[in-house]
Amino acid sequence: MSQNTLFDKVWDLHKVSSLPGGSDQIFIGLHLIHEVTSPQAFGGLKDKNLKVKFPNRTVATVDHIVPTDNQSRPFKDNLAEQMIKTLEKNCSQHKIRFFNIGSGNQGIVHVVAPELGLTQPGMTIACGDSHTSTHGAFGSIAFGIGTSQVRDVLATQTIAMNKLKVRQIWCENKLSNGVYAKDLVLHIINKLGVKAGVGFAYEFAGPAIHALSMEERMTICNMSIEGGARCGYINPDEKTFAYIKNKLYAPKNDQWDQALTWWNSLKSNENSIYDDVIKLDASKVEPTVTWGITPGQSISINQQIPLIDDLSPNDKLVAEEAYEYMSFKPGQSIKDTPVDVCFIGSCTNGRISDLRVAAKVLKDKKVSKNVKAFVVPGSEKVANEAKQEGLDKIFKDSGFQWREPGCSMCLAMNSDKLIGRQLSASSSNRNFKGRQGSPSGRTLLMSPAMVAAAAINGKVSDVREFINK
Amino acid sequence: MKSEFTSPIGKISEINGKCISLKGNDIDTDRIIPARFLKCVNFDSLGESVFEDDRKTLKGRHPFDLKENKDSTILIVNSNFGCGSSREHAPQALMRWGIKAIIGESFADIFYSNCIAIGIPCFTLPKKSIQKLQNYNDKEFLILEIDVKNSLAKSKDFNFKLEIKDSSRKMFLSGEWDATSTLLKNENLIENKFNDLPYLKFNTHFT
Repeated sequence: MSQNTLFDKVWDLHKVSSLPGGSDQIFIGLHLIHEVTSPQAFGGLKDKNLKVKFPNRTVATVDHIVPTDNQSRPFKDNLAEQMIKTLEKNCSQHKIRFFNIGSGNQGIVHVVAPELGLTQPGMTIACGDSHTSTHGAFGSIAFGIGTSQVRDVLATQTIAMNKLKVRQIWCENKLSNGVYAKDLVLHIINKLGVKAGVGFAYEFAGPAIHALSMEERMTICNMSIEGGARCGYINPDEKTFAYIKNKLYAPKNDQWDQALTWWNSLKSNENSIYDDVIKLDASKVEPTVTWGITPGQSISINQQIPLIDDLSPNDKLVAEEAYEYMSFKPGQSIKDTPVDVCFIGSCTNGRISDLRVAAKVLKDKKVSKNVKAFVVPGSEKVANEAKQEGLDKIFKDSGFQWREPGCSMCLAMNSDKLIGRQLSASSSNRNFKGRQGSPSGRTLLMSPAMVAAAAINGKVSDVREFINK
Repeated sequence: MKSEFTSPIGKISEINGKCISLKGNDIDTDRIIPARFLKCVNFDSLGESVFEDDRKTLKGRHPFDLKENKDSTILIVNSNFGCGSSREHAPQALMRWGIKAIIGESFADIFYSNCIAIGIPCFTLPKKSIQKLQNYNDKEFLILEIDVKNSLAKSKDFNFKLEIKDSSRKMFLSGEWDATSTLLKNENLIENKFNDLPYLKFNTHFT
């Protein structure tokens, strides 16, 4: 059993009681809600005649269903309009802070909370969304919950949960030029498998991790869940503190000094005990692209789609399903595969640094005629910052459509969807069958820089050929 | 789909019924219930849409469309079932279709806790045993009696010792799997924790 890790410290601090049967009652320091997984939770409160216990510890925004072309109300989609109205009503009735469209602070919940300084080290953070693991980048313990647990948090500010084991993933050296956090996390998931993290929290550590910016760290922690780990985190350091400082809801003045002292005390001790430790060399990672229907089915840009005989018995079944669904042949190169749609955005890679990297690749270039390309900033703040830097213009000049903030085609709950068998190059997090809105649509996950390169060439490309010229 | 649906309530100590097997590893919650069906403010109509896209692709040959599976209540799955999105809509859709318990090689964490929270016990068995159950079920009806207390599954031809987290097993037996009331019992402890947490003291501007 792990000892003295950040996870142990934060878990123990938030433990309210041991429940009969062996699970723990854990206090949730920050609860984030959005329109898709909260209505039934508020309905559950009403059914049980309960109130929201600490309305100040819940924050809401709207992201999953919002259109990205025209956000004027009422939305064209009646169901989407009904969902945002329900959230507005619930927040106003229960006095929950809500960052609505046009507030300047709306966006994807996992982009918004960090950029407002709500996400801080040492907190427990829960949200009815599996990518809540993102917030672990700050040294918080953050995880996705279902709607019944959203109801529990609203009613009690606690949930019942079994303590997770802790696996440290130590990343040696550093990423090479043209290789990004997305490539590293896809590589990790490929090496460990999509279910290796079940029952674990992942601690990402080592020089390669601490060399990453906060936004890159969010990309890593965001995809912990794709490796099966409900929670992923990174010990806070000077970069963490510098990112939080002066954010809207960051501690100020004397309170900032108190916060720093406490945050520094949270890091995993040097003699921490882990349930498991994995080491890998980040300098060996290359631009990575998925070829299949799980985020674990990825290869380096210059590799071939694996042959069935090269796979472990456990991976064969899903590989066969993937060859068929993707219409790819074992042994085929992934490079030069023609793409139809290019999507930059999502809670994984829709932040300002992602847009900067992609814009740098796109500057003075044109998107291939055969490609529909669009960029969806992760939040209103990201969109505004990008506009101030002129990034929107670079995107538009290249042929990308510039959209309004939201989750968009990561999960395609709005009108941004693949059509038929279209193949997308996507900076999002899931390449599941049908994920991007068409039951037969296909997704290749990659870094935003790689999506930009694919957009220019109209086919999967090695972004290093653009940036190293 | 069963025409009348009532949510489970209270103690769950036995589940008896016909099995339906769904083969495949890493079946994600997007497949169980595609995102477009999440545009709803209640779970009521999800049952008919469970596995919608997979079912359309298989044109009537999907296990959830086969006539012989119509009244099945125990789902037999393989590894990492329910991975991906945290949407509770996935187990809600399965439950509304008629599923009352799931036996699999392994489950994704969030899916598992969602199932427990709504009263669907999930049990695990080794790969070989799952395959044996699925192969048997391919040929003839498999009727199982699941005894939650002793974690046993019995049929006319074989018995299996099932695995389930002890915390979950105890919750089903005591009827306290709907956690809200259990959590509320500790209201004083919750208040104490709220008053003690260091960061709530240096984030006073937010409260």
